[in-house]
Amino acid sequence: MDYSRSEMMTVAAARALKNDDVCFVGIGLPSAACNLARLLHAPDITLIYESGTIGAKPHVLPLSIGDPELCETALTTVSVPETFAYWLQGGRISVGFLGAAQIDRFGNINSTVVGSYQTPTVRLPGAGGAPEIATLCGEVFVIIPHTRRSFVPTVDFITSFGYGTGGDHRKRLGIHTAGPSLVVTDLGLLRPDPETKELVVVSIHAGATVEEIRQQTGWEVRFASHVEQTPPPDDTELAALRGLVGRSARSAESTV
Amino acid sequence: MGGRRVARFLSLPEAIAHYVHDGDTVAMEGFTHLIPFAAAHEVIRQGRRDLTLVRMTPDLIYDQLIGMGCARRLVFSWGGNPGVGSLHRFRDAVEHGWPRPLELEEHSHAGIAHAYAAGAAGLPCAIFRGYLGTDLAGANPRIRFLECPFTGERLAAIPAIRPDVSIVHAQRADRAGNVLIEGIIGVQKEAVLAAARAVVTVEETVDDLRLASPNAVVLPNWTVDAIVEAPGGARPSYAHGYYGRDNTFYTAWDAISRDRDTFLAWMRENVLAAGPASRAGGGA
Repeated sequence: MDYSRSEMMTVAAARALKNDDVCFVGIGLPSAACNLARLLHAPDITLIYESGTIGAKPHVLPLSIGDPELCETALTTVSVPETFAYWLQGGRISVGFLGAAQIDRFGNINSTVVGSYQTPTVRLPGAGGAPEIATLCGEVFVIIPHTRRSFVPTVDFITSFGYGTGGDHRKRLGIHTAGPSLVVTDLGLLRPDPETKELVVVSIHAGATVEEIRQQTGWEVRFASHVEQTPPPDDTELAALRGLVGRSARSAESTV
Repeated sequence: MGGRRVARFLSLPEAIAHYVHDGDTVAMEGFTHLIPFAAAHEVIRQGRRDLTLVRMTPDLIYDQLIGMGCARRLVFSWGGNPGVGSLHRFRDAVEHGWPRPLELEEHSHAGIAHAYAAGAAGLPCAIFRGYLGTDLAGANPRIRFLECPFTGERLAAIPAIRPDVSIVHAQRADRAGNVLIEGIIGVQKEAVLAAARAVVTVEETVDDLRLASPNAVVLPNWTVDAIVEAPGGARPSYAHGYYGRDNTFYTAWDAISRDRDTFLAWMRENVLAAGPASRAGGGA
């Protein structure tokens, strides 16, 4: 079956999730990937959205982080202060799944401003739950289309801390979680170097090239000594993803 | 805090005239769900100015208040149109000072959630694990850090949120003015308990709240100043058990709000020229 790069990205992201994960889910691409995983190999995964919906099993993808679909399909819905205090801060989340506007070579994420904070060129929506998701979840996965504008050497503003300037920067700040251990793009997968924490390409998606990844990365990106090739989406994966996206679109059209 | 107050049933114009003043710090809460749009539109019609608006997710409701020049300052943690993109009026105010400059006090969701909880608990500040490594701490001088006196752990501290007035929308009130909120409950209970004054708009007033569980989220009538019956008052957001979220309007807002004149024309027609019973946006 033919597939788009965006579908490859979502499928690759879904594959990274495990059946026993407790996942704090960002809206948009992360939510699509998490629910795809739930429909495929991770039927028992616990999805928590920051609206307080714990164990949400949406039949259609929510447009917002607090759509009725999330509450109606959740095991329980708690208040937002409880979500952040007991469930996130309490250390009960294994994976935080985030999107981003910009990411840098050390996995720091910007979703606040392009340009200076006081006189921004572009004012982005801001942090939401991301800063604490980035430091309090066991590890963080990031999903972001691979472009030179989004993959920058240093972000203009650190909204969510990755590895700072690299090495043991997290530890020095008293952060004991793993941080952004996986970045999924529409061209490949990146993981932090074990020592320097610089993001390194570890897998290239079928159809993408080394040259393309170099061109679309705003720094001189390094490749692992053994770069894998990401298997293309199989028919089961594609059918599940298209089913999910299709019924979500139909549901959006029929909204009252 | 003085003696026990008891909620009064007021009309929407009366409640806003009485409890929301120029220069107030106002929190209109509702996390995607139960957003008090009808009340905000009345604030706009009554021409309030110089408000400090507090809200985790400013959403379309604050985009409208900001674009109509009601706000001087915004305390927030995520300023987008959920699932759609930018809040254009918010961006225009921040990037170009239109219709007036907007001061920002910017936090994370965890920060604001903890700060409301601290306000509800009567504490001066919230202490929690937060803001480590983020530039938000440099951009907002009210984000500070302290050491846990027992473990030495570095923790974030921000002032409690204590609004002059909080406004929320809820499913229903009984005749005595006790309020039920259910579904995605967000920070509404904390926002009401943290505020000096509280206005609650409801879908309906009933004899019996029909509580599904002894643990239902109820605001006793002595925690609220005014109850306003405002059916559809959360549209185009939604009220669990009453009506759905109008995602189509949220998407349409992108084009309405992108241009200043289009925005003003829409506000004139759908809010300023409309009465308190109108439900601008969201197929009422």
